[in-house]
Amino acid sequence: MTTGYNFAYLNEQTKRMIRRAVLKAVAVPGYQVPFGSREMPLSYGWGTGGVQVTASVIGPDDVLKVIDQGADDTTNAVSIRRFFEKTTGVRTTTRTDQATLIQTRHRIPETPLAEGQIVVFQVPIPEPLRWLEPRETETRKMHALEEYGVMHVRLYEDITRHGHVETAYDYPVLVNGRYIMRPSPIPKFDNPKLDRNPALLLFGAGREKRIYAVPPFTSVRSLDFEDHPFTIERWEQTCALCGAADVFMDEIVVDDKGGRMFVCSDTDFCERRRGR
Amino acid sequence: MDADVPLLRARGVSRYYGARVGCRDVGLDLWPGEVLGIVGESGSGKTTLLGCLSGRLEPSAGTVEFRQRDDRVMDVLRMPEPALRKLARTDWGIVHQNPRDGLRLGVSAGANVGERLMALGARHYGRIREAAVDWLDRVEIDRERVDDWPETFSSGMQQRLQIARTLVTEPRLVFMDEPTGGLDVSVQARLLDLLRRLVTDLGLSAIIVTHDLAVTRLLAHRLLVMRGGEVVESGLTDQVLDDPQHPYTQLLVSSVLQP
Repeated sequence: MTTGYNFAYLNEQTKRMIRRAVLKAVAVPGYQVPFGSREMPLSYGWGTGGVQVTASVIGPDDVLKVIDQGADDTTNAVSIRRFFEKTTGVRTTTRTDQATLIQTRHRIPETPLAEGQIVVFQVPIPEPLRWLEPRETETRKMHALEEYGVMHVRLYEDITRHGHVETAYDYPVLVNGRYIMRPSPIPKFDNPKLDRNPALLLFGAGREKRIYAVPPFTSVRSLDFEDHPFTIERWEQTCALCGAADVFMDEIVVDDKGGRMFVCSDTDFCERRRGR
Repeated sequence: MDADVPLLRARGVSRYYGARVGCRDVGLDLWPGEVLGIVGESGSGKTTLLGCLSGRLEPSAGTVEFRQRDDRVMDVLRMPEPALRKLARTDWGIVHQNPRDGLRLGVSAGANVGERLMALGARHYGRIREAAVDWLDRVEIDRERVDDWPETFSSGMQQRLQIARTLVTEPRLVFMDEPTGGLDVSVQARLLDLLRRLVTDLGLSAIIVTHDLAVTRLLAHRLLVMRGGEVVESGLTDQVLDDPQHPYTQLLVSSVLQP
C-alpha cells in the first residue's frame, strides 16, 4: 500500500478496542457499549461512528458498499467509499447482494440481506430515552432496570396530538425483549427489516462514543399500543423509473410548476429492476 | 392484614449535613388509613425528614420500615435500588410543593396522568386515556383539557393534576411536601376539600409536611411538631392544636390569626 496509512486508516490497537466493543454489543443485543471514539478525517455527523466500526471489521477480502439515504452516488456515500478504497484497497460495489459489508446512512437496502453480510449504521444520537431524560446517569439506570414506561408517554403524546404515531424515522424498538434501541434515522418503513434479519447489524455513534448491535435472527419489535398498532408508510404511486411498489420512495420535484415524481430511494434496487 | 403492624415505622432517623442537623432521632408510626401531619417553621427539618422517610435521602442513622401489600416488612433504607424505585412508582406517591417538580411539562395532561400506568405496563391507548379523563374528573379539572399542556394550567390546576398523576396507580402511601404552598386561600380551600375527600375515598395513608396549621387541622389525624430537627411534641391533631404543651407549639399555635 502506498497511502502511508495503516490498513483501513485506524491503528491496530484502536481496531482491537473497537472490535472488543463490537463483540460486547453482539453479546448484549441493543445495549449501548461505550468506546474510545477517535478523531476521523471527516466531521461529526458525517458518519464518524460508522466509519470507525467499518474500519475495524473490514478485511482485505471484503466487498464494500456504501449508501446514503439509499443512494450509492451521493456525497457522503462517495467520499466514504473512496476513503476505504484508498486506505484498504478492497473491492467496492453498488450491488447489495454482492457486498459483504455495507455501511449505510438512513436506509436498509430493499434487496433482502443474507447470512454472512454485515451492515454498519451511522448513528447521530444513540440514546432512545434522551428525549425524555437529559441525564446520562439516569438513562443508564433506566436501561439497567428496564424502566421503559416513559417511551410510551412519547407515543401517547403523538397519538393525542396527531391521531397516530407521528414518529416516522428513528422509531424506537425493543431488541430481544430487553433493551430499547434507536435504530438510527432509518424510516420506520425499514423497521420490520430489522426483525430476525439474517445479517449482522452494527451501529456506531462517533460523537456520542457508543456502539450497539443486533445479531442475526434477533427479535426486534417496534413499540406501539394495542389499539394503535405499529404501521409503516404506504405510497399510492409506484416507482416512476422501475415500477416497483412496496418500496420506500423519494419524492423528486422535477420542474418549477409543481411537477414531481416518485422513485425508489434505493438506487441499486431500482437500477437492477430496470436492467432486468 | 395484620393490624398490629404499622404501614410505615421509623426509628431514630437522623440526618446531618456536616456539623449541621437536618433532623435528629425522629421516630414515628404511620397506620393504614392514617394521615400524619408534620409541622414546624422553615428550616425545622420537615423536608429532610420526609426525604429520609421516602428513600430519597440517605439518613445518617436510623431505620425506616414499610409494610408491603403481602405484609412483608421491608427495610426501606437497605432495599436494593430497583425495588425502591419500583415501590416509588407503585405503592408510593410523592406530591411536590412545586407542581413543576412533579409534572412532565412538555406533554399533555393526559400523558402526565397516564405515565405511571404506562410505567406499570398499560399498553392500551384508549384505556389509558379513559383513566386519565376519569382522574381529571376526580380532581375537578375540566375533562376537555386532557390534551392541553400543564403549562397552560393555573398553579392550582397544576397542583391538582400532580395529585391525579400520583394517585392514578392507587398508592397506599403518599408523601406530600407543602401541597398547598404558593396557592391563594380560596384555591387552597378547594384543594384541601379535594384531598380530604380522596384520602377518605381511597383509604390512603399520607404524611403531609406543612407550615400551615390550618392544613393539618383539616387533613391530619395526628401531628408531629418539629423544631431544630427534633420532634418536640406529638399527638392527636385537635389535642395538640387546642392544648399545646410545649412552649414552641404554644408559640406556633398563638401566632396563627384566628378569624
